[in-house]
Amino acid sequence: MTDRKIDETTGTETTGHSWDGIEELNNPLPRWWLWTLYVTIVWGIGYTIAYPAWPMISGATSGLLGYSTRAEVAEDIAAHEALNEGLVADLNSADLSALAPSDDLHRYAVSRGASIFRAQCSQCHGSGAAGAVGYPNLLDDDWLWGGDLASIEYTIEHGVRNEADFDARYSQMPAFGEILPADEITSVVEYVVSLSSPDHDSGLAEMGSTVFADNCATCHGDTALGDREVGAPNLADAIWLFGGDRAAITKTVENARFGVMPAWGLRLSDEDVRAVTIYVHSLGGGE
Amino acid sequence: MNYVKLILLGLVALVAAIGANWARDLAYQVHALLVMVVAFGMFIWVLRGTDEPVEPAPPSTTYFDGVIRAGVIATAFWGIAGFLVGSFIAFQLAFPELNFDWGQPFTNFGRLRPLHTSAVIFAFGGNALIATSFYVVQRTSAVRLWGGKTAWFVFWGYQLFIVLAATGYLLGATQSKEYAEPEWYVDIWLTIVWVTYLAVYLGTIINRREKHIYVANWFFLSFIITVAMLHLVNNLSIPVSIWGSKSVQIFSGVQDAMTQWWYGHNAVGFFLTAGFLGMMYYFVPKQAQRPVYSYKLSIVHFWALIFLYIWAGPHHLHYTALPDWASTLGMVFSIILWMPSWGGMINGLMTLQGAWDKLRTDPIMRMFVLSLGFYGMSTFEGPMMSIRAVNSLSHYTDWTIGHVHSGALGWNGMITFACLYYMTPRLWGREKMHSMAAISWHFWLATLGIVLYAASMWVTGIMEGLMWREVDDQGFLVNAFADTVSAKLPMYIVRGTGGILFLSGALVMCWNMWMTIRGGAPATAVVPNSTPAE
Repeated sequence: MTDRKIDETTGTETTGHSWDGIEELNNPLPRWWLWTLYVTIVWGIGYTIAYPAWPMISGATSGLLGYSTRAEVAEDIAAHEALNEGLVADLNSADLSALAPSDDLHRYAVSRGASIFRAQCSQCHGSGAAGAVGYPNLLDDDWLWGGDLASIEYTIEHGVRNEADFDARYSQMPAFGEILPADEITSVVEYVVSLSSPDHDSGLAEMGSTVFADNCATCHGDTALGDREVGAPNLADAIWLFGGDRAAITKTVENARFGVMPAWGLRLSDEDVRAVTIYVHSLGGGE
Repeated sequence: MNYVKLILLGLVALVAAIGANWARDLAYQVHALLVMVVAFGMFIWVLRGTDEPVEPAPPSTTYFDGVIRAGVIATAFWGIAGFLVGSFIAFQLAFPELNFDWGQPFTNFGRLRPLHTSAVIFAFGGNALIATSFYVVQRTSAVRLWGGKTAWFVFWGYQLFIVLAATGYLLGATQSKEYAEPEWYVDIWLTIVWVTYLAVYLGTIINRREKHIYVANWFFLSFIITVAMLHLVNNLSIPVSIWGSKSVQIFSGVQDAMTQWWYGHNAVGFFLTAGFLGMMYYFVPKQAQRPVYSYKLSIVHFWALIFLYIWAGPHHLHYTALPDWASTLGMVFSIILWMPSWGGMINGLMTLQGAWDKLRTDPIMRMFVLSLGFYGMSTFEGPMMSIRAVNSLSHYTDWTIGHVHSGALGWNGMITFACLYYMTPRLWGREKMHSMAAISWHFWLATLGIVLYAASMWVTGIMEGLMWREVDDQGFLVNAFADTVSAKLPMYIVRGTGGILFLSGALVMCWNMWMTIRGGAPATAVVPNSTPAE
């Protein structure tokens, strides 16, 4: 290697090669670099002895520590279950209405219910349970099917208007667009608006009140305060499931609505249903 | 020869026309029409050239730089396209209205996201790699590219691959494998192009007039060979119909997942690391005008890097159906990979010994150094994130996105910009870039953009991970998924802003390149008549 020369800037020897003017210095491997590499290799060997690592003919080495990711999760779950064991049993047997908010069981049920709610219910009712168009707000005291613990539990367990559970809450409003003439629909919509808004045409609403009495009062009641037996909403409280402007109400009257909720009793355990019940009840509107 | 070409092109156009007619889905139909038009256009072009006097082949005493000039322009073009789509989808995540109801399904995030990733990795990065590798292999081998005009086939074939892949995503043709989304016929086409690329590259090295193969070429060659292998294995699939785009993967379940991440991680390892280290080993010493720091280090870290990288894939699948032993091995190899990765950074940075003053005066050098800094940072962050305990926090969060982008924007982006600044004046016979001040602007815009991007993704990623795992004393989850989504909004806006800054820097670069190229004539670089070096 006769072309080797000393780089003037650093005083280091070159390897004697040159490619398009690029030379290479003959520096050794940096010591700290090499030793760090060795340390990671030694650590790596140790780690693969301690943990499951090397594939063999059938299965793999299981490691001296006997570690497994699945066992770790199982332990974690088992620890929490052991901790809450008594509470789970109590949840199944307790009289829910007798629980005070300060009870451990109540706190447990609310946490458990909230956690299930976030995973299963928040898609429709919102993560804060404030609802959305077509999905009831669970924070207020306006209940379609009842707001006491037993009613809420029934609704969660059997759902609403689903086909999976024979005992689901069920009712169906007729599509009045096929029944009533257009002018009567206009007037009854004006009447419904007048129940909660001063901004209405009282003459038209007056006409609508007759239409209402003839067609709607059976379910929504003479004073339009609704009927929880059939899930008929209160129309006088300015709380709207599908919107309260004239266009939305007209659409509801003409076509009717058909909100569906799954029967959670078919998917969740009894104690889960009870926990969600207590959680929803505790949100502010529980009766 | 031309008659053979005409027959082939005619056949391709005919089969494509039949394909367009019998197509079972929109993507396949559009692609068949595209291929038909391209083949027919080339048919006419060859026909017009037939019986014309044959131009003499360019002398072998000059470098084949035409294809590199095209590659430089394509790199800049696809870079802008990729950054633009990236910035847009960043804002889509912050403001879902930007998915545009009127544009469904084409303007959906789900279709634009692979468009972004493929545009930046394969179109921007791939063109940069092809152009620089052709540039470097000729100069460090002191011969013209092997294979005559074959390099043009590689270039245009690759552009066709990009167009087929990108339009396919928008039209809904995807294998649903991250970074390997293109469907079977696009994969086959890429295989043909890639093997040709390998042939041109290897042919040039075999013809070299230097005794030794320069280190940059080891890296480029390992990148080309390994990507070919990864591409072939991960895309093994059976088309549902030869006239449709859908195909079914050969592997299923966890085997498919493992193959995918063996591929996916080595796309990072060989495409975005080894290939770009090849760029680094030529352009950094050239720009610094200093010898490479250590030949020994380059050998040891090269072999260590390519040996170790190939094992690291399972760290993408911690806490999944993948068996624990595979996950442990992936993690261990990732951590041992730390020093071999850093070998490249050390060799690059230490090459500046005696030239550190250039950082004050030379914005291109500054870009190289910053890219090496980001390379070092993300190759430390990567092994750290591969540790199971860290991964249990970071996985599926925006931290991963931040990690990828500090590597992609900081390392791959910055070094590519610096290489474009190095090559553009030399390829078009200019003394230097039109505006040095504009390069400084680009440097600071891009740097600020990356800082905003990486910092916001760290914050939001770690926050997200902590919120997901937060349980109360009774073991119940505290947050709903939607809670984490709404908590991330401010950071998403910061991230999008970072993207806009990065894009603006690249636009400044394009202007600068345009001003440099405009009026300049393609330069003819002569192969030096040196005797083979010892």
